[in-house]
Amino acid sequence: MADQRPQGKTNAAGGRSPKAGGRKAKAAKLVETTGLRPDELIGLLQRMMLIREFEEECARLYRAGRIRGVTHTYQGQEAVAVGVCSTLNVSDFITSTHRGHAHVIAKGGDVNLMMAELLGKATGYCKGRGGSMHIADMSQGILGANGIVGGGMGIAVGAALSSKMLGRDTVAVCFFGDGAMNQGILHEVSNIAACWNLPVVFLCENNFYGMSASVEDTLACKEMNLAGRAAAYDIPAATCDGMDVIDVHLATRAAVERARGGGGPSYVVCTTYRFLGHHVGDPLTYRDKSAVDPWRLRDPIPNFAGRLVADNLATREQVDRWEAEAKDAIARALAFAEESPDPDPSNLTEDVFA
Amino acid sequence: MARLNMVTAIDQALLQEMERDPKVIVLGEDVGRDGGVFRVTEGLVERFGEERVIDTPLAESGIVGFAIGMALAGYRPVAEVQFSGFVYPGYDQILSHAARYRTRSRGQWTVPLVVRMPYGGGIRALEHHSESMEAVFAHIPGLKVVMPADPYEAKGLLTAAIRDPDPVIFFEPARVYRAIKMEVPEEQYEIPLGVARVVREGKDLTLIGWGAQLRVCREAADRLASEGRYEVEVVDIRTISPFDFETVTASVVKTGRAVIVHEAPRTCGFGAEISAQIMERAILRLEAPVRRVTGFDTIPPLAKLEDYFQPDVDLVVHEIIATMEF
Repeated sequence: MADQRPQGKTNAAGGRSPKAGGRKAKAAKLVETTGLRPDELIGLLQRMMLIREFEEECARLYRAGRIRGVTHTYQGQEAVAVGVCSTLNVSDFITSTHRGHAHVIAKGGDVNLMMAELLGKATGYCKGRGGSMHIADMSQGILGANGIVGGGMGIAVGAALSSKMLGRDTVAVCFFGDGAMNQGILHEVSNIAACWNLPVVFLCENNFYGMSASVEDTLACKEMNLAGRAAAYDIPAATCDGMDVIDVHLATRAAVERARGGGGPSYVVCTTYRFLGHHVGDPLTYRDKSAVDPWRLRDPIPNFAGRLVADNLATREQVDRWEAEAKDAIARALAFAEESPDPDPSNLTEDVFA
Repeated sequence: MARLNMVTAIDQALLQEMERDPKVIVLGEDVGRDGGVFRVTEGLVERFGEERVIDTPLAESGIVGFAIGMALAGYRPVAEVQFSGFVYPGYDQILSHAARYRTRSRGQWTVPLVVRMPYGGGIRALEHHSESMEAVFAHIPGLKVVMPADPYEAKGLLTAAIRDPDPVIFFEPARVYRAIKMEVPEEQYEIPLGVARVVREGKDLTLIGWGAQLRVCREAADRLASEGRYEVEVVDIRTISPFDFETVTASVVKTGRAVIVHEAPRTCGFGAEISAQIMERAILRLEAPVRRVTGFDTIPPLAKLEDYFQPDVDLVVHEIIATMEF
């Protein structure tokens, strides 16, 4: 099996630099290096914490039989969703994946409505009909999670085409995973996006596995440089450290600014890792049990918290308090969901047509 | 009133809707400069420019996929697929996404998309260019499936389809495209989706068809009437989804007999659904079993065998007589 140990920041061409944690030395001046205000930097941490707590609660509820159907959680990848969505405006579009709770939260979704949806309650985003893989929120530009791998690709490019035709400066970000790199429609819409110079960012989260299939076994890419495929369409591409919210933010920001400025599509590949299985309950027979250990050392949440503290942007006490606040928010979401009514079965055949 | 063929009538419907609503966009392979493989979109790019009449790459999955995104973001895309047999790479997008957004979101989002495509045999083409696979779309909740029979119908139904808030699959009978001309009003009009029509009244038997087969049905009914044998009532289903069972039931209750005609393969063809609906709603009024005149359970054959594959007037007449003499 090829090397899947975590690497540090990777360069724009996709090659991995040799040593992990190489950024720490220059992380001391976050405000200067990012141009983000202290409250915005703190917001990144808080949003990652909210996602982590949401996902931990989802896993608990699923194991307890409270959430039915399949649930795919995001622990370990939080820096990607938050780093990406922190570059977007409310009116910008995203399409999401089967592992989409984090994208929705990061883009501004409401955790109360999300939790109600996961528990199948009438107050949920889709009135308890869509579930984990179908949450969407038009008011936040969230065109929907999607149970089909690669399912959002055509939709995102269409939304980008609409933005361009309407003369708006909105951008569409299409989230997908390494597994979806092999879906045929990605070729079709990458070509279209490049031909028509559309404001779309193809955002690949490479967590090394499409369910059980490793990238080494299933992606024909020289040196596992997934972003290298973009060259075939003459689309600019960058690979970034998906465990580092700042690295993700900066790489995506460049792509989004290019799209917004009329510079056309980009690929951004975020190298990351899911701490848990493909779905809650995945026995993980395809992965060494110890493979996750080095990635856990690079957990994006405590690492970024440490950088905020080192930079005197936060204290340990504040970090602890924000974590407790995230737990409280999720507890309130669960309470909201639990108190909500079930859907009325007499509505079963409604909403098929207008 | 101008006499138009179906190609011109559809072109006119597109042009007038594009004039009325700047959000209507036509897209597909060769629809712009070339005017479409059957020239249905001729003149549109000159009138509306390449921004609204979009020549796409050859990529059906991508075409349907980004048309869904456009529809979600405020446009009313009308996508053309060159032949219905080419739609299957895009079928995933239609089935998995377009048809489901409204139900999945409990009515919050809608996909006002039309996918137009020529279907059916009689043009001496080969398999993918001649098939009639409407049933595999009618089976999908959330899709409307429209199959016009003549130029007047095509213009009114397409206008309604474009204005409809939900995704519509619009099957155009290729063999009718230039086969007939009829008076079509210059002004816009809508024919509501989901309403069948009785095109010929009769007391003895209900003959049910749609699209290109409607002409076969009418000729069969005319022959039996001219021979003084039977008065056959002919019903044009127009939209097989939503299906207007009330019009069909009312006719069968009156006549007591029914024959259904389609060129699609027999097994699980839409005729099976209509037959089942008649059983559920009018079995005690039936004087004979409902019969189906259909294509065979095989892919459409090449030209020399095509006439054996498709229902024709002789066969329909034969089945009507068999039903009457049951």
